[in-house]
Amino acid sequence: MRFSGLRVFKEGSTGNRGWAPHWRDPAPKSDYDIIIIGGGGHGLSTAYYLAREHGLTNVAVLEKGYIGGGNVGRNTTIVRANYFLQGNSEFYSHSLKLWEGLEDDLNYNVMHSQRGLINLFHSDGQRDAFARRGNAMINQGDDAVLLDREGVRKYLPYLDFDNTRFPIFGGLLHPRGGTARHDAVAWGYARGADQRGVDLIQNCEVTGIDIENGVVKGVQTTRGAIRAKKVGIVVAGRSGQVAAMAGMRLPIESHVLQAFVTEGVKPVIDHVVSFGMGHFYISQSDKGGLVFGGDLDFYASYASRGNLPMVEHVMEAGMTLMPMIGKARVLRSWGGIMDMTPDGSPIIDKTHIDGLYLDCGWCYGGFKAVPGSGFSFAHLIATDGHHAPAARFRLDRFRTGRGLMDEEGTGSQHNLH
Amino acid sequence: MRITCPICGERDRREFTYQGDAVALRRPAVDDMPEDWDAYLHLRDNPAGVTRDLWYHEAGCAAWLVVTRDTVTHAVLDADLVSRHPGGAA
Repeated sequence: MRFSGLRVFKEGSTGNRGWAPHWRDPAPKSDYDIIIIGGGGHGLSTAYYLAREHGLTNVAVLEKGYIGGGNVGRNTTIVRANYFLQGNSEFYSHSLKLWEGLEDDLNYNVMHSQRGLINLFHSDGQRDAFARRGNAMINQGDDAVLLDREGVRKYLPYLDFDNTRFPIFGGLLHPRGGTARHDAVAWGYARGADQRGVDLIQNCEVTGIDIENGVVKGVQTTRGAIRAKKVGIVVAGRSGQVAAMAGMRLPIESHVLQAFVTEGVKPVIDHVVSFGMGHFYISQSDKGGLVFGGDLDFYASYASRGNLPMVEHVMEAGMTLMPMIGKARVLRSWGGIMDMTPDGSPIIDKTHIDGLYLDCGWCYGGFKAVPGSGFSFAHLIATDGHHAPAARFRLDRFRTGRGLMDEEGTGSQHNLH
Repeated sequence: MRITCPICGERDRREFTYQGDAVALRRPAVDDMPEDWDAYLHLRDNPAGVTRDLWYHEAGCAAWLVVTRDTVTHAVLDADLVSRHPGGAA
Protein backbone atom coordinates (compact mmCIF):
# COMPACT_ATOMS: atom_id res chain seq x y z
CA MET A 1 0.00 0.00 0.00
CA ARG A 2 1.53 3.31 -1.08
CA PHE A 3 0.52 6.61 0.43
CA SER A 4 -0.19 9.52 -1.87
CA GLY A 5 -2.28 12.66 -1.91
CA LEU A 6 -4.68 11.00 -4.31
CA ARG A 7 -5.02 8.02 -2.00
CA VAL A 8 -5.72 10.21 1.02
CA PHE A 9 -8.39 12.04 -1.00
CA LYS A 10 -9.97 8.82 -2.22
CA GLU A 11 -10.05 7.24 1.24
CA GLY A 12 -11.32 10.45 2.78
CA SER A 13 -14.22 10.53 0.38
CA THR A 14 -15.12 6.85 0.86
CA GLY A 15 -15.17 6.63 4.64
CA ASN A 16 -11.52 5.59 5.09
CA ARG A 17 -12.48 1.94 4.70
CA GLY A 18 -9.56 1.01 2.44
CA TRP A 19 -6.66 1.41 4.87
CA ALA A 20 -4.92 -1.77 5.93
CA PRO A 21 -2.59 -2.39 8.91
CA HIS A 22 0.85 -0.94 8.24
CA TRP A 23 2.67 -4.12 9.19
CA ARG A 24 1.97 -7.80 9.77
CA ASP A 25 1.91 -9.40 13.21
CA PRO A 26 3.83 -12.63 12.53
CA ALA A 27 4.64 -15.43 14.96
CA PRO A 28 8.38 -15.97 15.35
CA LYS A 29 10.00 -18.55 13.08
CA SER A 30 12.44 -21.03 14.61
CA ASP A 31 15.46 -19.39 13.03
CA TYR A 32 16.62 -16.26 11.24
CA ASP A 33 19.83 -15.00 9.72
CA ILE A 34 19.72 -11.93 11.96
CA ILE A 35 17.83 -11.05 15.12
CA ILE A 36 17.57 -7.45 16.28
CA ILE A 37 16.70 -7.22 19.98
CA GLY A 38 14.67 -4.07 20.51
CA GLY A 39 11.88 -2.67 18.34
CA GLY A 40 12.50 0.99 19.06
CA GLY A 41 13.54 3.61 16.56
CA HIS A 42 17.11 2.34 16.28
CA GLY A 43 16.14 -1.35 16.03
CA LEU A 44 13.50 -0.70 13.39
CA SER A 45 15.79 1.50 11.30
CA THR A 46 18.52 -1.14 11.59
CA ALA A 47 16.14 -3.76 10.22
CA TYR A 48 14.99 -1.42 7.48
CA TYR A 49 18.51 -0.64 6.29
CA LEU A 50 19.57 -4.30 6.54
CA ALA A 51 16.81 -5.01 4.03
CA ARG A 52 17.17 -1.94 1.86
CA GLU A 53 20.93 -1.47 1.76
CA HIS A 54 22.12 -5.04 2.10
CA GLY A 55 19.25 -7.18 0.81
CA LEU A 56 19.07 -9.06 4.11
CA THR A 57 15.44 -9.84 4.79
CA ASN A 58 15.52 -13.05 6.83
CA VAL A 59 15.52 -10.77 9.85
CA ALA A 60 13.40 -10.56 12.99
CA VAL A 61 13.00 -7.59 15.29
CA LEU A 62 12.05 -8.73 18.81
CA GLU A 63 10.18 -6.17 20.88
CA LYS A 64 9.16 -6.91 24.47
CA GLY A 65 6.32 -4.38 24.37
CA TYR A 66 4.78 -2.80 21.31
CA ILE A 67 6.28 -0.90 18.39
CA GLY A 68 6.72 2.74 19.31
CA GLY A 69 6.16 2.18 23.03
CA GLY A 70 9.67 2.93 24.27
CA ASN A 71 11.92 5.96 24.09
CA VAL A 72 11.02 6.59 20.44
CA GLY A 73 7.56 7.58 21.69
CA ARG A 74 8.85 9.40 24.78
CA ASN A 75 11.28 12.06 23.53
CA THR A 76 11.17 15.73 22.58
CA THR A 77 11.51 14.97 18.84
CA ILE A 78 14.46 17.23 18.03
CA VAL A 79 16.55 16.60 14.93
CA ARG A 80 19.90 18.37 14.56
CA ALA A 81 23.52 17.99 13.48
CA ASN A 82 25.33 20.56 15.60
CA TYR A 83 28.07 18.43 17.13
CA PHE A 84 31.61 19.55 17.57
CA LEU A 85 33.96 16.62 17.92
CA GLN A 86 35.23 14.44 15.12
CA GLY A 87 33.35 11.18 15.41
CA ASN A 88 30.08 12.73 16.48
CA SER A 89 30.25 15.43 13.82
CA GLU A 90 30.34 13.20 10.75
CA PHE A 91 27.87 10.75 12.25
CA TYR A 92 25.13 13.27 12.99
CA SER A 93 25.78 14.99 9.67
CA HIS A 94 25.11 11.70 7.91
CA SER A 95 22.04 11.09 10.03
CA LEU A 96 20.61 14.51 9.18
CA LYS A 97 21.07 13.82 5.46
CA LEU A 98 19.11 10.60 5.89
CA TRP A 99 16.38 12.57 7.69
CA GLU A 100 16.16 14.95 4.76
CA GLY A 101 15.33 12.12 2.38
CA LEU A 102 13.40 10.02 4.84
CA GLU A 103 9.82 10.78 3.88
CA ASP A 104 10.36 9.99 0.20
CA ASP A 105 12.43 6.98 1.12
CA LEU A 106 9.82 5.52 3.48
CA ASN A 107 6.77 6.86 1.60
CA TYR A 108 5.64 7.98 5.03
CA ASN A 109 4.93 11.39 6.47
CA VAL A 110 7.20 11.71 9.49
CA MET A 111 6.44 15.44 9.64
CA HIS A 112 10.11 16.32 9.52
CA SER A 113 10.13 20.08 9.98
CA GLN A 114 13.42 21.93 9.51
CA ARG A 115 12.20 24.95 11.40
CA GLY A 116 15.65 25.96 12.64
CA LEU A 117 17.30 25.44 15.99
CA ILE A 118 18.71 28.34 18.00
CA ASN A 119 21.12 27.78 20.90
CA LEU A 120 21.25 30.98 22.92
CA PHE A 121 24.34 32.34 24.59
CA HIS A 122 24.56 34.76 27.47
CA SER A 123 28.20 35.82 27.84
CA ASP A 124 31.26 36.62 25.73
CA GLY A 125 32.85 33.32 26.64
CA GLN A 126 29.80 31.41 25.56
CA ARG A 127 29.74 33.35 22.29
CA ASP A 128 33.30 32.22 21.59
CA ALA A 129 32.39 28.61 22.32
CA PHE A 130 29.37 28.75 20.01
CA ALA A 131 31.35 30.49 17.26
CA ARG A 132 33.83 27.63 17.48
CA ARG A 133 31.05 25.07 17.37
CA GLY A 134 29.48 26.82 14.39
CA ASN A 135 32.78 26.69 12.54
CA ALA A 136 33.05 22.98 13.27
CA MET A 137 29.55 22.48 11.88
CA ILE A 138 30.39 24.44 8.72
CA ASN A 139 33.64 22.49 8.30
CA GLN A 140 31.59 19.33 8.47
CA GLY A 141 29.46 20.66 5.60
CA ASP A 142 26.43 21.50 7.70
CA ASP A 143 24.97 24.92 8.33
CA ALA A 144 25.42 27.36 11.17
CA VAL A 145 24.81 31.10 11.50
CA LEU A 146 26.08 33.13 14.44
CA LEU A 147 23.38 35.62 15.39
CA ASP A 148 23.98 38.70 17.48
CA ARG A 149 21.40 39.98 19.92
CA GLU A 150 19.40 41.88 17.31
CA GLY A 151 19.63 38.92 14.97
CA VAL A 152 18.05 36.72 17.64
CA ARG A 153 15.40 39.35 18.29
CA LYS A 154 14.19 39.08 14.68
CA TYR A 155 13.51 35.37 15.15
CA LEU A 156 12.55 35.25 18.81
CA PRO A 157 11.08 38.62 19.83
CA TYR A 158 9.35 37.11 22.84
CA LEU A 159 12.48 36.34 24.87
CA ASP A 160 13.44 38.29 27.97
CA PHE A 161 16.46 39.94 26.34
CA ASP A 162 17.28 42.20 29.27
CA ASN A 163 17.08 39.61 31.99
CA THR A 164 19.27 40.98 34.75
CA ARG A 165 21.07 37.77 35.51
CA PHE A 166 21.20 36.12 32.06
CA PRO A 167 20.90 38.77 29.31
CA ILE A 168 20.84 37.36 25.79
CA PHE A 169 24.04 38.06 23.84
CA GLY A 170 23.05 36.12 20.74
CA GLY A 171 22.49 32.64 19.41
CA LEU A 172 23.84 29.97 17.10
CA LEU A 173 21.24 29.23 14.43
CA HIS A 174 21.26 25.78 12.83
CA PRO A 175 18.77 26.31 10.01
CA ARG A 176 18.48 22.62 9.08
CA GLY A 177 17.70 21.62 12.64
CA GLY A 178 14.11 21.03 13.65
CA THR A 179 11.69 18.38 14.78
CA ALA A 180 9.87 15.32 13.48
CA ARG A 181 6.82 13.35 14.55
CA HIS A 182 8.46 10.71 16.75
CA ASP A 183 5.75 8.04 16.54
CA ALA A 184 5.60 8.34 12.77
CA VAL A 185 9.33 7.69 12.55
CA ALA A 186 8.87 4.38 14.35
CA TRP A 187 5.81 3.51 12.28
CA GLY A 188 7.44 4.49 9.00
CA TYR A 189 10.52 2.37 9.62
CA ALA A 190 8.38 -0.51 10.91
CA ARG A 191 6.25 -0.43 7.78
CA GLY A 192 9.27 -0.14 5.51
CA ALA A 193 11.03 -3.08 7.17
CA ASP A 194 7.88 -5.19 7.16
CA GLN A 195 7.24 -4.51 3.48
CA ARG A 196 10.71 -5.83 2.70
CA GLY A 197 10.06 -9.07 4.57
CA VAL A 198 11.38 -8.36 8.07
CA ASP A 199 9.32 -10.00 10.85
CA LEU A 200 8.39 -7.51 13.58
CA ILE A 201 7.59 -9.62 16.62
CA GLN A 202 5.94 -7.74 19.45
CA ASN A 203 5.28 -8.90 23.02
CA CYS A 204 8.40 -11.02 22.72
CA GLU A 205 10.88 -10.40 25.51
CA VAL A 206 14.35 -11.83 25.21
CA THR A 207 15.19 -13.81 28.35
CA GLY A 208 18.54 -15.28 27.36
CA ILE A 209 21.23 -15.19 24.71
CA ASP A 210 22.58 -18.56 23.55
CA ILE A 211 26.34 -18.62 23.14
CA GLU A 212 28.44 -21.71 22.34
CA ASN A 213 32.22 -21.56 22.29
CA GLY A 214 32.21 -17.81 21.96
CA VAL A 215 29.76 -17.80 19.05
CA VAL A 216 26.19 -16.54 19.31
CA LYS A 217 23.60 -19.16 18.36
CA GLY A 218 20.29 -17.45 19.06
CA VAL A 219 18.08 -16.18 21.85
CA GLN A 220 15.57 -17.45 24.38
CA THR A 221 12.35 -15.46 24.48
CA THR A 222 8.96 -15.45 26.15
CA ARG A 223 7.71 -16.84 22.83
CA GLY A 224 10.23 -19.66 22.64
CA ALA A 225 13.80 -20.16 21.49
CA ILE A 226 14.85 -18.57 18.20
CA ARG A 227 18.10 -19.41 16.49
CA ALA A 228 20.12 -16.85 14.56
CA LYS A 229 23.53 -16.44 13.01
CA LYS A 230 23.84 -12.86 14.16
CA VAL A 231 22.21 -10.95 17.00
CA GLY A 232 22.16 -7.18 17.45
CA ILE A 233 21.35 -5.59 20.81
CA VAL A 234 19.64 -2.17 20.44
CA VAL A 235 17.76 -1.70 23.68
CA ALA A 236 18.73 1.78 24.94
CA GLY A 237 18.12 2.06 28.68
CA ARG A 238 17.88 -1.71 29.05
CA SER A 239 21.30 -2.35 27.50
CA GLY A 240 22.81 -3.37 30.82
CA GLN A 241 20.28 -6.12 31.44
CA VAL A 242 20.36 -7.58 27.94
CA ALA A 243 24.16 -7.48 27.74
CA ALA A 244 24.27 -9.28 31.10
CA MET A 245 22.52 -12.21 29.37
CA ALA A 246 25.69 -12.49 27.30
CA GLY A 247 27.86 -12.21 30.39
CA MET A 248 28.89 -8.65 29.59
CA ARG A 249 29.08 -5.54 31.76
CA LEU A 250 28.78 -2.30 29.83
CA PRO A 251 30.12 1.19 30.45
CA ILE A 252 26.54 2.38 30.87
CA GLU A 253 24.36 3.74 33.63
CA SER A 254 20.64 4.26 33.03
CA HIS A 255 19.35 7.64 34.12
CA VAL A 256 16.04 9.46 33.94
CA LEU A 257 15.47 12.47 31.71
CA GLN A 258 12.21 14.34 32.10
CA ALA A 259 10.14 16.16 29.50
CA PHE A 260 6.94 18.16 29.61
CA VAL A 261 4.12 19.29 27.38
CA THR A 262 1.54 22.02 27.87
CA GLU A 263 -2.01 22.29 26.66
CA GLY A 264 -2.31 23.20 22.99
CA VAL A 265 -1.95 26.91 22.26
CA LYS A 266 -1.89 28.88 19.01
CA PRO A 267 1.42 28.94 17.10
CA VAL A 268 3.84 30.99 19.12
CA ILE A 269 7.24 29.27 19.10
CA ASP A 270 8.37 28.72 15.53
CA HIS A 271 11.81 27.19 16.20
CA VAL A 272 13.61 24.90 18.56
CA VAL A 273 15.16 27.16 21.22
CA SER A 274 17.60 26.28 23.97
CA PHE A 275 18.62 28.36 26.96
CA GLY A 276 22.37 28.66 27.44
CA MET A 277 22.45 29.28 31.19
CA GLY A 278 19.99 26.76 32.54
CA HIS A 279 18.82 23.42 31.30
CA PHE A 280 15.82 24.24 29.20
CA TYR A 281 14.89 23.74 25.56
CA ILE A 282 11.53 24.08 23.85
CA SER A 283 9.63 23.67 20.63
CA GLN A 284 5.95 23.67 19.72
CA SER A 285 4.25 20.60 18.35
CA ASP A 286 1.89 20.73 15.39
CA LYS A 287 -0.95 20.10 17.83
CA GLY A 288 0.04 23.29 19.63
CA GLY A 289 1.56 21.85 22.79
CA LEU A 290 4.76 23.44 24.02
CA VAL A 291 7.20 20.54 24.32
CA PHE A 292 10.12 21.21 26.60
CA GLY A 293 12.70 19.52 28.73
CA GLY A 294 15.80 19.98 30.77
CA ASP A 295 18.66 17.98 32.12
CA LEU A 296 18.92 14.56 33.71
CA ASP A 297 17.75 14.14 37.28
CA PHE A 298 21.31 12.82 37.83
CA TYR A 299 20.79 9.57 39.63
CA ALA A 300 20.50 6.05 38.24
CA SER A 301 16.84 5.26 37.54
CA TYR A 302 14.55 2.96 35.58
CA ALA A 303 11.37 4.57 36.90
CA SER A 304 10.38 6.32 33.62
CA ARG A 305 9.49 9.30 35.75
CA GLY A 306 11.51 11.86 37.63
CA ASN A 307 11.31 13.89 40.80
CA LEU A 308 10.13 17.40 41.52
CA PRO A 309 13.47 19.23 41.98
CA MET A 310 14.25 18.92 38.27
CA VAL A 311 10.66 19.85 37.38
CA GLU A 312 11.11 23.02 39.40
CA HIS A 313 14.47 23.78 37.77
CA VAL A 314 13.11 23.36 34.24
CA MET A 315 10.06 25.54 34.95
CA GLU A 316 12.25 28.24 36.50
CA ALA A 317 14.62 28.20 33.55
CA GLY A 318 11.70 28.45 31.12
CA MET A 319 10.20 31.39 32.99
CA THR A 320 13.57 33.13 33.09
CA LEU A 321 14.02 32.83 29.35
CA MET A 322 10.48 33.39 28.05
CA PRO A 323 8.08 34.68 30.70
CA MET A 324 5.24 34.66 28.16
CA ILE A 325 4.76 30.91 28.59
CA GLY A 326 3.88 31.31 32.27
CA LYS A 327 0.15 31.13 31.70
CA ALA A 328 0.31 27.91 29.71
CA ARG A 329 -0.73 24.93 31.78
CA VAL A 330 1.46 21.85 31.82
CA LEU A 331 -0.60 18.87 30.71
CA ARG A 332 1.80 16.07 31.50
CA SER A 333 5.37 15.17 32.21
CA TRP A 334 7.23 11.95 31.74
CA GLY A 335 10.69 10.44 31.97
CA GLY A 336 12.71 8.32 29.60
CA ILE A 337 15.40 5.82 30.50
CA MET A 338 18.71 7.10 29.09
CA ASP A 339 21.66 4.79 28.45
CA MET A 340 24.43 7.10 29.62
CA THR A 341 28.06 6.39 28.72
CA PRO A 342 30.99 7.93 30.61
CA ASP A 343 31.90 10.32 27.76
CA GLY A 344 28.34 11.06 26.63
CA SER A 345 28.83 9.54 23.15
CA PRO A 346 27.34 6.33 21.78
CA ILE A 347 28.61 2.84 20.97
CA ILE A 348 28.11 0.95 17.70
CA ASP A 349 30.47 -1.99 17.74
CA LYS A 350 31.07 -5.72 17.69
CA THR A 351 31.47 -7.52 20.99
CA HIS A 352 34.02 -10.16 21.98
CA ILE A 353 31.33 -12.75 21.18
CA ASP A 354 31.27 -13.78 17.53
CA GLY A 355 28.04 -12.66 15.87
CA LEU A 356 26.90 -10.44 18.74
CA TYR A 357 26.71 -6.71 18.00
CA LEU A 358 25.95 -3.74 20.20
CA ASP A 359 24.29 -0.38 19.51
CA CYS A 360 23.75 1.64 22.68
CA GLY A 361 24.86 4.59 24.77
CA TRP A 362 22.73 7.19 23.01
CA CYS A 363 22.43 9.13 26.24
CA TYR A 364 19.77 11.83 25.87
CA GLY A 365 20.29 12.26 22.11
CA GLY A 366 18.98 9.10 20.51
CA PHE A 367 16.04 10.41 18.52
CA LYS A 368 17.93 12.43 15.90
CA ALA A 369 20.31 9.47 15.54
CA VAL A 370 17.57 7.00 14.55
CA PRO A 371 18.34 6.99 10.80
CA GLY A 372 22.11 7.19 11.14
CA SER A 373 22.34 4.61 13.90
CA GLY A 374 20.24 2.10 11.99
CA PHE A 375 22.20 2.71 8.80
CA SER A 376 25.59 2.28 10.49
CA PHE A 377 24.53 -0.64 12.68
CA ALA A 378 23.07 -2.45 9.65
CA HIS A 379 26.36 -1.88 7.85
CA LEU A 380 28.30 -3.33 10.78
CA ILE A 381 26.07 -6.40 11.08
CA ALA A 382 25.95 -7.04 7.34
CA THR A 383 29.62 -6.50 6.51
CA ASP A 384 31.39 -6.99 9.86
CA GLY A 385 33.11 -3.69 9.14
CA HIS A 386 32.51 -0.28 10.66
CA HIS A 387 30.53 2.23 8.62
CA ALA A 388 32.83 5.23 8.19
CA PRO A 389 30.65 7.90 9.89
CA ALA A 390 30.26 5.68 12.97
CA ALA A 391 33.75 4.18 13.03
CA ARG A 392 34.70 6.03 16.20
CA PHE A 393 31.79 4.71 18.27
CA ARG A 394 33.99 1.95 19.65
CA LEU A 395 33.20 -0.04 22.76
CA ASP A 396 36.86 -0.28 23.80
CA ARG A 397 37.53 3.46 23.90
CA PHE A 398 36.85 3.58 27.63
CA ARG A 399 39.22 0.72 28.41
CA THR A 400 42.02 2.05 26.21
CA GLY A 401 41.37 5.75 26.69
CA ARG A 402 41.80 6.28 22.93
CA GLY A 403 39.12 8.12 20.98
CA LEU A 404 36.99 9.36 23.85
CA MET A 405 34.38 11.83 22.60
CA ASP A 406 33.54 14.10 25.50
CA GLU A 407 31.45 16.69 23.71
CA GLU A 408 30.78 18.72 26.86
CA GLY A 409 34.38 18.68 28.04
CA THR A 410 33.38 17.62 31.53
CA GLY A 411 35.48 14.44 31.72
CA SER A 412 34.94 10.83 30.81
CA GLN A 413 33.24 9.69 33.99
CA HIS A 414 29.79 8.46 34.79
CA ASN A 415 27.27 11.02 35.96
CA LEU A 416 29.01 14.02 34.41
CA HIS A 417 27.01 14.31 31.18
CA MET B 1 12.52 11.38 47.03
CA ARG B 2 13.67 11.82 50.63
CA ILE B 3 16.77 10.38 52.22
CA THR B 4 17.15 9.67 55.93
CA CYS B 5 20.61 10.84 56.85
CA PRO B 6 21.94 8.87 59.86
CA ILE B 7 23.11 12.14 61.38
CA CYS B 8 20.46 14.69 60.36
CA GLY B 9 17.34 12.58 59.91
CA GLU B 10 14.93 12.59 56.97
CA ARG B 11 15.76 15.32 54.47
CA ASP B 12 14.74 16.48 51.01
CA ARG B 13 16.68 14.97 48.12
CA ARG B 14 17.82 18.46 47.13
CA GLU B 15 20.15 18.59 50.13
CA PHE B 16 22.15 15.71 48.67
CA THR B 17 24.51 15.43 45.73
CA TYR B 18 24.62 12.14 43.87
CA GLN B 19 28.08 10.78 43.21
CA GLY B 20 27.31 7.47 41.53
CA ASP B 21 27.51 3.74 42.04
CA ALA B 22 29.02 2.59 45.33
CA VAL B 23 31.67 0.81 43.28
CA ALA B 24 33.79 3.79 44.33
CA LEU B 25 34.27 2.05 47.69
CA ARG B 26 36.15 -0.74 45.90
CA ARG B 27 38.96 1.29 44.41
CA PRO B 28 41.68 -0.94 42.93
CA ALA B 29 45.26 -0.72 44.10
CA VAL B 30 47.68 1.39 42.06
CA ASP B 31 49.38 -1.61 40.47
CA ASP B 32 46.21 -3.62 39.81
CA MET B 33 45.47 -4.72 36.25
CA PRO B 34 44.09 -2.18 33.73
CA GLU B 35 40.99 -4.38 33.50
CA ASP B 36 40.34 -3.78 37.20
CA TRP B 37 40.57 -0.04 36.66
CA ASP B 38 38.29 -0.23 33.62
CA ALA B 39 35.73 -2.13 35.69
CA TYR B 40 36.04 0.39 38.50
CA LEU B 41 35.82 3.50 36.34
CA HIS B 42 33.46 2.50 33.56
CA LEU B 43 31.70 -0.86 33.75
CA ARG B 44 28.47 -1.02 35.71
CA ASP B 45 25.94 -3.65 36.73
CA ASN B 46 23.33 -0.93 36.20
CA PRO B 47 20.58 -2.88 37.98
CA ALA B 48 16.86 -2.31 37.45
CA GLY B 49 15.98 -2.79 41.10
CA VAL B 50 17.97 -2.48 44.29
CA THR B 51 21.25 -0.62 43.95
CA ARG B 52 23.75 1.03 46.26
CA ASP B 53 25.08 4.45 45.43
CA LEU B 54 26.97 7.26 47.09
CA TRP B 55 25.34 10.55 48.06
CA TYR B 56 26.96 13.55 49.71
CA HIS B 57 24.91 15.49 52.23
CA GLU B 58 26.10 18.77 50.82
CA ALA B 59 23.50 21.07 52.36
CA GLY B 60 23.52 19.21 55.66
CA CYS B 61 26.19 17.54 57.72
CA ALA B 62 28.60 17.00 54.77
CA ALA B 63 28.67 13.26 55.40
CA TRP B 64 29.13 10.77 52.59
CA LEU B 65 26.36 8.18 52.58
CA VAL B 66 25.86 4.75 51.08
CA VAL B 67 22.22 4.85 50.00
CA THR B 68 20.39 1.62 49.18
CA ARG B 69 17.68 2.44 46.67
CA ASP B 70 15.31 0.86 44.21
CA THR B 71 15.97 2.30 40.75
CA VAL B 72 12.54 1.21 39.51
CA THR B 73 10.38 2.68 42.27
CA HIS B 74 12.73 5.39 43.65
CA ALA B 75 12.14 3.95 47.14
CA VAL B 76 15.02 4.75 49.49
CA LEU B 77 15.59 1.62 51.56
CA ASP B 78 18.58 2.58 53.67
CA ALA B 79 21.21 5.26 54.15
CA ASP B 80 24.37 4.64 56.09
CA LEU B 81 27.63 6.48 56.66
CA VAL B 82 30.34 5.60 54.18
CA SER B 83 32.80 5.43 57.05
CA ARG B 84 31.05 2.30 58.32
CA HIS B 85 31.71 0.47 55.04
CA PRO B 86 34.85 -1.39 53.94
CA GLY B 87 36.85 0.92 51.72
CA GLY B 88 35.08 3.96 53.07
CA ALA B 89 37.16 4.54 56.18
CA ALA B 90 39.18 7.39 54.65
